[in-house]
Amino acid sequence: MATVGLEIHQQLDTGRKLFCNCGYDDGPEYSSSFRRRLRAASGETGLTDRAALFEESKGAEFTYRAHPASSCAVEADEEPPRAPDPAAVESALLVAGALRSEPLQYLHPMRKTVVDGSNTSGFQRTMLVAEGGRVEAGGAVGIQSVCLEEDSASRIKDGEYGLERLGVPLVEIATEPFEAEAGRTRKAALALGRLLRATGRVRRGIGTIRQDVNVSVGGAVVEVKGVQQLDQLEKVVRFEVSRQEGLQEISDMIKKSGWRRERWRELSSELAGSKSPVIAEALSRGDAVLGARFAGMAGAFGHSPSPDVRLGRDVAEVARAAGLGGVIHSDELPGALSEREASAVAERLSAGRGDAFVLVAAPADKARAAGEAVTARIEQVRDSGVPADTRLATPAGQTRFMRPRPGAARMYPETDVPPVALGADQMRAFEEGKKVSWEGAMAVLRKTGLNAQLAEQVFDSGRAQLFEMACGIGAEPNYAASVICSTVTGLARKGLDSSRLSDEALESVFEALAGGGLAKEAVEPLLADIMGGAEPGAALRAAAAGRLGAQELRERVQKALEDPDLVRKGPGACMGRVMSELRGKAPGEQISRLVREVLEKKGVA
Amino acid sequence: MERSGAEPGDRVSVRAGRVRAGILMPGYGGHDALVLKLDSGYNVGISAGSVESVEVLEKARPAPARRRAGAARPDLPRILLVSTGGTIASRVDYRTGAVTPALDADQMYEYAPELGRIADVRTCSLLSKHSEDMAPADWLAVAEKVRQEAPNYAGIVIAHGTDTMHYTSAFLSFALAGLPVPVALVGAQRSPDRASSDAAENLLGAARLVAGCGANGIYVVMHEGTDDGAVACHAGTRVRKNHTSARGAFETVGGPPAFTIRGGDVSRSIGRFFQSDSFEPRIALSEKVALVKCHPGYGADAFERAAEGAEAVIIEGTGLGHAGSNLLPAVRAARRAGAFVGMTSQCIAGRTNMNVYGSGRDLLEAGAVPLADMLPETALVKAMWAAGAGDPGELMLQKIASEFSD
Repeated sequence: MATVGLEIHQQLDTGRKLFCNCGYDDGPEYSSSFRRRLRAASGETGLTDRAALFEESKGAEFTYRAHPASSCAVEADEEPPRAPDPAAVESALLVAGALRSEPLQYLHPMRKTVVDGSNTSGFQRTMLVAEGGRVEAGGAVGIQSVCLEEDSASRIKDGEYGLERLGVPLVEIATEPFEAEAGRTRKAALALGRLLRATGRVRRGIGTIRQDVNVSVGGAVVEVKGVQQLDQLEKVVRFEVSRQEGLQEISDMIKKSGWRRERWRELSSELAGSKSPVIAEALSRGDAVLGARFAGMAGAFGHSPSPDVRLGRDVAEVARAAGLGGVIHSDELPGALSEREASAVAERLSAGRGDAFVLVAAPADKARAAGEAVTARIEQVRDSGVPADTRLATPAGQTRFMRPRPGAARMYPETDVPPVALGADQMRAFEEGKKVSWEGAMAVLRKTGLNAQLAEQVFDSGRAQLFEMACGIGAEPNYAASVICSTVTGLARKGLDSSRLSDEALESVFEALAGGGLAKEAVEPLLADIMGGAEPGAALRAAAAGRLGAQELRERVQKALEDPDLVRKGPGACMGRVMSELRGKAPGEQISRLVREVLEKKGVA
Repeated sequence: MERSGAEPGDRVSVRAGRVRAGILMPGYGGHDALVLKLDSGYNVGISAGSVESVEVLEKARPAPARRRAGAARPDLPRILLVSTGGTIASRVDYRTGAVTPALDADQMYEYAPELGRIADVRTCSLLSKHSEDMAPADWLAVAEKVRQEAPNYAGIVIAHGTDTMHYTSAFLSFALAGLPVPVALVGAQRSPDRASSDAAENLLGAARLVAGCGANGIYVVMHEGTDDGAVACHAGTRVRKNHTSARGAFETVGGPPAFTIRGGDVSRSIGRFFQSDSFEPRIALSEKVALVKCHPGYGADAFERAAEGAEAVIIEGTGLGHAGSNLLPAVRAARRAGAFVGMTSQCIAGRTNMNVYGSGRDLLEAGAVPLADMLPETALVKAMWAAGAGDPGELMLQKIASEFSD
């Protein structure tokens, strides 16, 4: 039976970074940048982590972009970290309490080697806070550990990162493995997400919670990163289970074939003038093409035990992830090579009817490494069935090879930060955490008179505290809930950006409502304006003055100019009519600009 | 614990409430706690009082083989890599939990195996110290080592802690005046046990400099700035550590670095480093030299204590080379007692000029000697050397190793 384990990474809402005093403003403006390379350093026990060696072998250089409001010399790895923020430590303990986990006596900050460039230091600082525990998710799910970590830098593009997210405090919750029944993974992730939100100590919004999922069908554990949504989670688990079972089947095929590794041979002369896109492009760049025979393995590369699971695809992913170029195998014939080329290659490699061959195309200095990577991968599949990978979830719910899964050698003590002994304050937070539950948070919401469904919606929106505040100043609970949930969701469905609507902005809307300065009818257009990019304060002032928001104004102008008779009379007439209709509801200048814009679009004026 | 016979490195099972298995690590951090490395790689501290039992599961295995260094390359220039310690040679120390110099020169070669493509590198471990522990006696040992080995090599690289690297470089500059082969002191601001370390790149830059710059001199080789990819080689008498932690902490005061290395390119902006071509080693020093810093409230009694028995006093004066008039009698007394009194500026950049204001003229009259734009630290080291090798009064204004500009 397949088992899965979840790793939930949730940002904490402390307002500052874990190891310095920077805030974590997400402003995308960068004012400086610098460039670095990373090397794999050996771990505490003298071993060098295999994942780190893999990334180092790519020899990449990274560019980091920074803004002084959200990063300093600590994020730039130009200054040692300060002591961990006590508020973050307390929040982590509160989470540990909520999970009935058992706190450690000391926190030992560790460096977890990550040399894909997402950390300027080449490692992520992390500390184990508590072990054990459980969460109720339609049956108990065991908790393995609760860690407090720093978040990584945000990826701008390949080889380029922004520092605003680096160092933001995260709790990482790892569950014990549980059976991968349908729906169970999703339920566990949902329950953990809700419990975290119920602590009131976590950040809300896109990218503030991320989940990795570990999947195993009995062999090695495969770690899948980058699952964004709960629905994708189930798909990823299903795909990963079928992929692993498929690989075990392929493993048996390889074993039966009796294959043993053979040399990679230069094939550039056999393939000179090839029409195959991969080969032709490689040769025109001056790259080398190498090939090797896989005796007895005819059919093994193309065999597909389940959709999109094939050995050929697997080795190609590994070669690509290592930056080592393209792969062609004999089960792709005919098609990938002409018949004449295929037989020339087969002859050169002495590949007979029952044999397979693989070609790699890569820069001359990397081609041999690419070949070796392919051979090593096939040996791994033969010997262990499922290789221990770190994989990336695709939006379609499949997984793709990223790098070998790191082992214990990736951990090294953070020598710049002494261990922290947990004291009375932290233990108070832990005890407080024990009282937190999703049901408790729901009960508070229900007490206002909301029905169960609305209460759940308010809670899942992450704006329960805002809701309580609104009710506290006299908002009718069902109305407040409908603004927070359905109004905002409805506008988001129309394509407006809900991330522009801060809690502060919503708070001032409720305050204006309570003070009588804003009519209920004005709320939806006002929120539309803010979510459309208007500055919240100005939009609110405009709405309060009975004026139209930018969004509504545009709609009204468009509507007035729908009359073909009017438009035919020319720009002057249009301007006159619209002005008389909307006078006082918006600045004249803005109205006339809109009229001109709309007419231009219609091809008039 | 003792009864179980468990030693660091053993795989053990520890019962303290719950049972945990892992590798027993040497304790650190000053807590009375046992440290266990779990299979996940995390270390956990368990207070000794709460340990119920310890059971050895498996004795420690010998450390695995390290990554292999490059083979000897007799076709390349032969250089010597001398290790004295410092961050560049550091990894975790379980006594304090911080890093300590523990790597020898061979191990340094291992983390920068590309060295083998630049030069035929031989290694030698001389000291294993943080630079704050480098005493003048250690400078003598380093200078002696360089003097002995120089005839056999195209150049010498000295791995050194950064805090006082510029003091050592200044001493070598005077003690080994005219040394025909280049010497590069190299350090790191980030220890080599982390992936972002600047150690390997600085080391490779130092090797490139001494193997192929075609010039002699004593240089300090460190990152040019925060970016990887550029290494600056500073004249050993004109350099200062101007930042506590940044990669580009070292700067040449009052000019560009002597050499800048980008990838394999070495660009040069220094003319000559030593004023004379003849090699005249004078490896000697006296520690009876004081460096004093004038500041508001600095009193004559403090100056007198510092100057007592000194062969030379270097003043880090204010501005153009000034000291409060309250110090004039003490300066006169020091001169009368036979001490050399030299004036530098705490402004760091710029020259002294004691003729512009009356207070400067008074100090000149009292016997203080302006030392042009010599850095205070360089002046201190030069005075120590001069007091050991001859007469400071005579040697201090004799330009030997680019220590001041004309």
